[in-house]
Amino acid sequence: MYDVTIIGAGISGCSLAYELSKYNVNALLLEKENDVSVGTTKANSAIVHAGYDPEPGTKMAEYNVKGCAYTAELCKKLDVPYKQIGSLVVAFSDDEMKTVNELFDRGNENGVPGLEVWDQAKLREEEPNLSEEAKGALYAPTAGVVSPWELAIALAEVAVKNGVELKLNTEVTNIEKAGEGYKIITNQGDIETRFVVNCAGIFADQVNEYINEKKFTIVPNKGEYYLLDKNQGELVNHVIFQCPNEKGKGVLVSPTVHGNLIVGPNSVPTDSSDLGTTLEGLEFVREAALKSVPSINYRESIRNFAGLRARTGVHDFFIYEDEVNKGFFNMAGMASPGLTSACAISVDMVQTIGKAGLELTEKEDFDEERHVVRFKHMSHEERAELIKKNPLYGKIICRCETVTEGEIVDALHRPFVPTSVDGIKRRCNSGMGRCQGGFCGPRVQEIIARELGIPQEEVMKDRAGMKIITGETKEVGGAN
Amino acid sequence: MLYDVIVVGGGPAGLAAALEAKKNGAEKVLVVERDKELGGILNQCIHNGFGLHHFKEELTGPEYANRFIEMVKETDIEIMLDTMVLDVSEDKVVHCMNKTDGYMQLQAKAIVLNMGCRERTRGAIAIPGDRPAGVFTAGAAQRYVNIEGYMVGKRVLILGSGDIGLIMARRMTLEGAKVVGCVELMPYSNGLNRNIVQCLNDYDIPLYLSHTITNIKGNKRVEQVTINEVDENKKPIPGTEIVFDVDTVLLSVGLIPENELSRAAGIEMDRQTSGPVIYENYETSIPGIFASGNVVHVHDLVDFVTEESELAGASAAKYILNGEADRESAISITAGACAGHVVPQKVRLENIDKRVEVYFRVSNVFHDVVIKVKSGDQVLCQFKREHVAPAEMEKIAIPKVLLEKAADKKVVISVEKDGE
Amino acid sequence: MTELICITCPKGCHLKVDEANDYKVTGNGCPRGVDYGRKELVNPTRVITSTVKIEGGSYRRLPVKTSSDIPKGKIHDVMEEINKVTVQSPVHVGDVVIKDVLGLGVDIVSAKNM
Repeated sequence: MYDVTIIGAGISGCSLAYELSKYNVNALLLEKENDVSVGTTKANSAIVHAGYDPEPGTKMAEYNVKGCAYTAELCKKLDVPYKQIGSLVVAFSDDEMKTVNELFDRGNENGVPGLEVWDQAKLREEEPNLSEEAKGALYAPTAGVVSPWELAIALAEVAVKNGVELKLNTEVTNIEKAGEGYKIITNQGDIETRFVVNCAGIFADQVNEYINEKKFTIVPNKGEYYLLDKNQGELVNHVIFQCPNEKGKGVLVSPTVHGNLIVGPNSVPTDSSDLGTTLEGLEFVREAALKSVPSINYRESIRNFAGLRARTGVHDFFIYEDEVNKGFFNMAGMASPGLTSACAISVDMVQTIGKAGLELTEKEDFDEERHVVRFKHMSHEERAELIKKNPLYGKIICRCETVTEGEIVDALHRPFVPTSVDGIKRRCNSGMGRCQGGFCGPRVQEIIARELGIPQEEVMKDRAGMKIITGETKEVGGAN
Repeated sequence: MLYDVIVVGGGPAGLAAALEAKKNGAEKVLVVERDKELGGILNQCIHNGFGLHHFKEELTGPEYANRFIEMVKETDIEIMLDTMVLDVSEDKVVHCMNKTDGYMQLQAKAIVLNMGCRERTRGAIAIPGDRPAGVFTAGAAQRYVNIEGYMVGKRVLILGSGDIGLIMARRMTLEGAKVVGCVELMPYSNGLNRNIVQCLNDYDIPLYLSHTITNIKGNKRVEQVTINEVDENKKPIPGTEIVFDVDTVLLSVGLIPENELSRAAGIEMDRQTSGPVIYENYETSIPGIFASGNVVHVHDLVDFVTEESELAGASAAKYILNGEADRESAISITAGACAGHVVPQKVRLENIDKRVEVYFRVSNVFHDVVIKVKSGDQVLCQFKREHVAPAEMEKIAIPKVLLEKAADKKVVISVEKDGE
Repeated sequence: MTELICITCPKGCHLKVDEANDYKVTGNGCPRGVDYGRKELVNPTRVITSTVKIEGGSYRRLPVKTSSDIPKGKIHDVMEEINKVTVQSPVHVGDVVIKDVLGLGVDIVSAKNM
């Protein structure tokens, strides 16, 4: 019998697991895929928003501002890539300048620190590559860029290290009331738990309705992106937004925390299985971004991708305990600024569960030490030292991102272990560069197979079933 | 550690450069190779067709590489395998590392850059659709199949008719896969004609010219691929969809010289070749740093990579012995009408003997044309061609005596209809 | 009259072969085109390159080729023979992997030292 079972290991579930692991609580984190952070958390704009967008008085407003600060703090503590580069909402007309001023007021009401309205001259000085049509902008110094999947992985690693149990490849198919608590039916057997927290992202309505009355509907909303090579990463210095409209925050242009340029997203209501990019979607994104930064060179594109936002039609999160089924909590509708807010929501969620009866005594031996070797960012001297200690750091596996064998082996010996090429990519950045794993993919596959003692054929690209190799040459039949 | 010449890359270009540097008087020569064996990409190019120019016989890739590996073994050229070069500085310090020697900073008197090229990817050409497993660049698939012995799929569609794509169509077929077609955006093939014949036609694999992939579907592995015909602006024409049930897509959509080291060193680059700007002796904008082979411009034939690299290696040795050559006197050669990039881009007449060999590509398929070498309106020399295509690199030899007549030290190479 | 693209070298000459006139070849840039044009219509042949399994080598496959061209119609059968073989390292360039494959008078030889 678990005290708390969290359904879904995206940024919400992982941060909640992390916060719970500070206490003497028997917690379980369930994930239907073979790794954490593989849904919405891995495919979004990767922005830590400052908090001027949400309507004052909403949970979104509260947790966005709190989350902006707390996420920055966590990234520093847990050795997760994060850069506070600030954001700009750019106005291209006098009308939009009005919007900028409204956002300035709203942001101040929400308690966003340091907001400024920049005129054209200041904007030009700070962002020389912006379109000449830009009239001015709202500057929010607290906004930042983050590696969302690395944050979720870090949180989950610390949680697991401190006793939270993580079950991957475990899909919840039903939930029943069982005495004081609940019985969770999964493809890996039944699980008994006192409290349930639903962090199922775009599937949160489905999970809620296994047992509760419908209170919200998730309408997955697709956003398509371009990721460009590092020589484009310095085109702008801040996260560049256009003025928000009814469809959301619009198309942004931003350096990523890894030094690339990200461009996107559009906004298309769809279903939970649709992660495809489209000709029209990509063209829209491409053109829209050129309005902000006309000199983007799309020949330097290295990847397109799409992500799904868990929108509900209501501009707020659904964070509540079910009225009928006490002890069942929802953390749902985590559309933007969901990534920014999740960590702060989790802090409060732990206390809410506490009030509902979970005993919260702090662990004396809570251990959140976490350091990741990032060879690429080291000095010559540090590199020399490191290779002397462990020769595996002397072998570059990913040429584009300068990732060593040592770092990949490290990732395969952390509190929980990735089993796919993309799992390593999310932890080490291998394959994230301009050749997109063309050279290193097979090498990474080999290392995973070696370290985990499995045949190379069984190492997937990402999710279960994503076979890279279909067999050996010289097998049955031969030529046909 | 002080070396006369450090060669970055142990593929065909690097091996030829090292050998010639040695022959021309460089004493301490080092080849740094990131793979565990010499030969570079030739090791996975197991098909034949290499060496007709250089050795006057037809060899497979590994055999061609082996000839040079054997020659290098006869010398005292040092080889560092499994060693990655991380940085090349303007003052010719090569930062590199491996498991046994750790992190090294090696000083050279001259450097030859021979890093080769890499493949364009799906992201570079923005193919829409899902992102399942089963989409490979042709070269990555080639390595899996030929070196590692793994099959990457059973039913295959190939995008792009570059030579690697064509070669892989045949390879996959011979290994038991079904190749359903080869799809090319342009109205002409980007591969050599002989490869269309012996890789596609021999195995009844259809070539869809003026088509492109408009959707890839698949949850885990590729399941279905849609192609459309494109109009003259390369836009897909609605209603022309053809759907293939395949589990694999191979991309052969172009090669890009791999110049991260060159850029970081501050070498002047040519936007058209994506390689360094090169003098007649394959010297880059930094005196004493040379470059040759696919890192300078992408070749169709390894024989020309060898030829160029021998010149680069010899030049590196001469640089050490004779010192820096004057740079002010250089004549610039640029591409004019209907020509793509030109290599070398700069020529110093005092450095050439009787003629300079110039490589370039044409921008379209043409018949009965004249390649004109002009200085202003004055035609210095011209070369007739019955048939030219972007897939086939052109090579002309311009006599020194004619180049001496170039006004303003500027020469333009253009392709014109015969009789114009 | 049949039009062919010569595959003897990368130049890819556009050949015309006149069957009615003792397979007279025109459009060739060199004498090899004459041989190719005639052969392609009478008895087309190809050199086949592939790999065989190898044990104890630095990789698990060894590149091989036919020592000379084989009839086009035999490609499939020769591939089946190639797929059956496993060799032991060390192997050198030119070492015979299959002697006189299928009695065609052609060997399968190693294309690499391994």
